[in-house]
Amino acid sequence: MLVHSIFFYFFSIIAIFSSLMVITSRSTINSVFFLILDFISVGCLFIMVGAEFLGMILLIVYVGAVAVLFLFVVMMLNVAEQKQSWFIGKKSTHIPTGLIVSVLILLELLVVVGGWKYKENVMSSSTLLLSKTSNTHQLGLVMYTDYILYFQLAGIVLLLAMIGAILLTFRERVGVKKQSYINQISRDPSNAVELFDVKSNKGVKIDD
Amino acid sequence: MIEYLQILGQEVYKVIFLLVPILVSVAMIVWLDRRVWGLVQKRKGPNVVGPFGLFQTLADALKYIFKEIIIPASANKVVFILAPIVTMTLALVAWAVIPMSENLVLADINVGILYLFAVSSLGVYGIIMGGWASNSKYPFLGAIRSAAQMVSYEVSIGIIIINVLLCVGSLNLNDIVLAQRELWYVIPLFPMFVIFFISALAETNRPPFDLPEAEAELVAGYQTEYSGMMYAMFWLGEYANILLMCAMGSILFLGGWLPIMDVYPLNIIPAPFWMIIKILFLFLLFALIKAIVPRYRYDQLMRLGWKIFLPFSLIYLVMTASFLFYFDKLPKVSI
Repeated sequence: MLVHSIFFYFFSIIAIFSSLMVITSRSTINSVFFLILDFISVGCLFIMVGAEFLGMILLIVYVGAVAVLFLFVVMMLNVAEQKQSWFIGKKSTHIPTGLIVSVLILLELLVVVGGWKYKENVMSSSTLLLSKTSNTHQLGLVMYTDYILYFQLAGIVLLLAMIGAILLTFRERVGVKKQSYINQISRDPSNAVELFDVKSNKGVKIDD
Repeated sequence: MIEYLQILGQEVYKVIFLLVPILVSVAMIVWLDRRVWGLVQKRKGPNVVGPFGLFQTLADALKYIFKEIIIPASANKVVFILAPIVTMTLALVAWAVIPMSENLVLADINVGILYLFAVSSLGVYGIIMGGWASNSKYPFLGAIRSAAQMVSYEVSIGIIIINVLLCVGSLNLNDIVLAQRELWYVIPLFPMFVIFFISALAETNRPPFDLPEAEAELVAGYQTEYSGMMYAMFWLGEYANILLMCAMGSILFLGGWLPIMDVYPLNIIPAPFWMIIKILFLFLLFALIKAIVPRYRYDQLMRLGWKIFLPFSLIYLVMTASFLFYFDKLPKVSI
């Protein structure tokens, strides 16, 4: 149990420290790296409470895909140094908005966690621990039966977001030469090669 | 506390017994790669240092160790040094869950295949970090290409893994191997095996998909500014990743540590031997393809990943699921 709590404090201190660094560090690239560290340590915390599926999915989705895209954007935009900061220089205009959002999230968390503390049988992990199946099976059993509607709705929302992003960035370009694989493969000497008798000083017109 | 330290000591001992063979086999596999490459091109390949040139890689490694490490003046030093370390650590960490026999595995975790998938998807960070921190054009272009390539091919690898998982009903690697007792999945899921193999080539930046280090366009891609031991670490990580992909392919499709047939003279051969044979077989295919196939163009690579592999593996997934459902062959889960 002692070892368990040592590991718990280790990962949670890293998580809190790196999330603080995400918002305070001057260099945007460093912020993204600390965000990745934060994701990884939260994933480790998930694994420690026995939710190994959620931990791994967090690693695959957030660290393996989302954070890569963050890094991509930050590197391409070349915003190496953040001009606005908390204490030094010009006062930021984004900070009040950010504060409002984070206070709202804190209040929501307080409501939810307070609910658990007030009525203990609202959420109990005993159902997870008593049965022999792994939590991957448990999640699958619930997600594809009782909550199938919400699951599908979440999928549709994501699909719509993807279509919207493509629509915003799509532009039709004219005059672009494209490779057509079918045309390439279906060429044969009889229609690709043409023989001419070239008269002197007349020449031949090719490729109009 | 003392008990805990004892357990920790045992684990460290096990980890060393896992890491040393992997590093040695990476060295041997580099030699094999160059030998096969030479044979295909009617050359001899490395054959001077040691018997058959076996110690060539060790000689190369010694050379790298004694070379000077040069850090470019305009590089971001911390990230620059961190990049090869990340690549190599991630390549080695993934081996913890690979079962060499039923009991010979460091960590027999419930979500083994997800762990493998997660760690291999983190591999892209080493490349991006190295390319960006070098603060130079070619490494940056190489890193961007490589990141896009790895993220695209991960999608189809994920769907292929789901195909196998549907047949097994468990995420544990040992269960995946044991489910292939009667029939290796390479037979019913042969198209998936082919797609997995090609995606593994793209995922590990091997020819014909070695665009991140296409020497004609990008000098050496993300490794351009690296020298000495840091370059060697990139290179070790890359080959460890290739071996890992081979191990993953043999677990998912070729029956892992199971013998070819469960008959008398074959089933007394120890299980790790079969695993090694299968990894070597897949690696020989990797090496042959490196020698035979010319490099893809970037748009061709993206077209293959997104327009061919992704729809095809999705259709195959639906077909597998409906077959298993209608013939009542879905794996039973005890609740």
